[in-house]
Amino acid sequence: MTEAAKPLLTVRGVRTYYGNIIALKGVDVDVAQGEIVTLIGANGAGKSTLMMTICGNPRARDGSIVYDGQDITRLPTHDIARLRIAQSPEGRRIFPRMTVLENLQMGASIDNLEFFDTDIQYMFDLFPRLKERLHQRGGTLSGGEQQMLAIARALMARPKLLMLDEPSLGLAPLIVKQIFDAIRELNRRDGLTVFLVEQNAFHALKLAHRGYVMVNGVITMSGSGRELLENPEVRAAYLEGGAH
Amino acid sequence: MRVTAGGLYFMEVFVQQVINGITIGSLYGLIAIGYTMVFGIIGMVNFAHGDVFMVSAFFALIFLLLLTSWFGIASVTLALILVMVISMVLTGLLVWAIERIAYAPLRGSFRLAPLISAIGMSIVLSNFVQVAQGPRNKPIPPVTREVYTLWQGPTGYPVNISLKQIIIWVVTALLLAAFWYVVQKTALGRAQRACEQDRKMASLLGVNVDRTISLTFVIGAALAAVAGTLFLMYYGVVVFSDGFTPGVKAFTAAVLGGIGSLPGAVLGGLLIGLIETLWGQYVSADYQNVAAFSILVIVLIFMPQGLLGRPEVEKV
Repeated sequence: MTEAAKPLLTVRGVRTYYGNIIALKGVDVDVAQGEIVTLIGANGAGKSTLMMTICGNPRARDGSIVYDGQDITRLPTHDIARLRIAQSPEGRRIFPRMTVLENLQMGASIDNLEFFDTDIQYMFDLFPRLKERLHQRGGTLSGGEQQMLAIARALMARPKLLMLDEPSLGLAPLIVKQIFDAIRELNRRDGLTVFLVEQNAFHALKLAHRGYVMVNGVITMSGSGRELLENPEVRAAYLEGGAH
Repeated sequence: MRVTAGGLYFMEVFVQQVINGITIGSLYGLIAIGYTMVFGIIGMVNFAHGDVFMVSAFFALIFLLLLTSWFGIASVTLALILVMVISMVLTGLLVWAIERIAYAPLRGSFRLAPLISAIGMSIVLSNFVQVAQGPRNKPIPPVTREVYTLWQGPTGYPVNISLKQIIIWVVTALLLAAFWYVVQKTALGRAQRACEQDRKMASLLGVNVDRTISLTFVIGAALAAVAGTLFLMYYGVVVFSDGFTPGVKAFTAAVLGGIGSLPGAVLGGLLIGLIETLWGQYVSADYQNVAAFSILVIVLIFMPQGLLGRPEVEKV
């Protein structure tokens, strides 16, 4: 992506607290339209917190979050979602007592049920497994299937910004590849903007146009995916001995 | 078979009591849904729900008298339907206000806070009605006296079903069917269930959780209002203290059926209705309520998840 691309998400100086404990200590992140941006970092660095803060839960105590030209820092979570920011959150959060179909309907609940039939067909192409499980309860799916469902549910919202929290977590390498291929394809085909949090740094940085490294609630490094992949510090901390 | 431990006419008496039990059980079931839905979505026992039911019966009383005496509506059916709708709307509004005033501000507070607030609301409602409507039974003229004899045993004991009972059965069945459709098949019902299962995720998908919670209260109240109207029609009187016992029995029904489970609430309601009428017939009418509440204790001790409730643990 070109550097001059239109900014879609601009995070400036965001601080988030859990009670009195500070989780994000002034974070700046930019995501341009049509970009895949990844945020890598160790467990507990605050990656998921940033993702949830963008969605307004928890709310940023300081700083600003501007999305598509609109300040969303103080907007309620459901209104942020209606601006077509879709998230596949940490822990997947599938509705366990709803069927796969109902979970997907929940994803599409904003106001695009008219596209439902075409969109769900597309999800079946991406994740054929979901079609087989369509009338099964979400809670009975395997971890990988739940992950696919969480991503598909987010995509059903026809998002402008897709945020994925550790889509590779706990999945077999083959499925990880399948999911990452799907993300790449969506980005290439539809120009979907993706903000991706990953511990699986190697795959994430290979996929992403740009990346950020977060340590203890602060962004310590940023650059293109390739730059970060070749950066000795990143290699030492997140890649050596990791899954290649 | 005719003469057994139950005395003469065993079969006829039994069937008659089952008919009576299902009738009263239908009302418990309608009220129990309000308890179970609210518990399902915010994990709170709405102790004011029984009094909401009582207030709805007063709404029905007031408008039934208005419609029949002032506006001179002669058709009982029309009056009843109108009264039921009015009571549903007014009760829904009342509960919407109660939720906004007494419960919503306490969300995110410690678990006991809304519970205490609900007990407070319960006292406010029953005392307000006592002051505003007086402490005595308020009667209505009988809506209908129609009774049909289903059959007469060889000894001449009749098994009856009254038109009132038929109305209660039919209205309850229709309403539950409509309600079930809304919860299972519409976007609104899906949003409601989503909030019940994972509020945070629901909001991430654009569901307005606060509004969904309010709506849950209002739906529960509307069903209680139907029960209140039917209760008034069935017994012909209502008094300010009428919220308590049916309220606790409906709560027992919700627990028996498995709190959080909608079919459980209906099943629990019917069972409580049956148990208490049969107990009243065969054991002791004085101890009817004791029987109903003993079930609450027994279920809580030995089967806290209830008949159709789900176990607490879930595969994640």
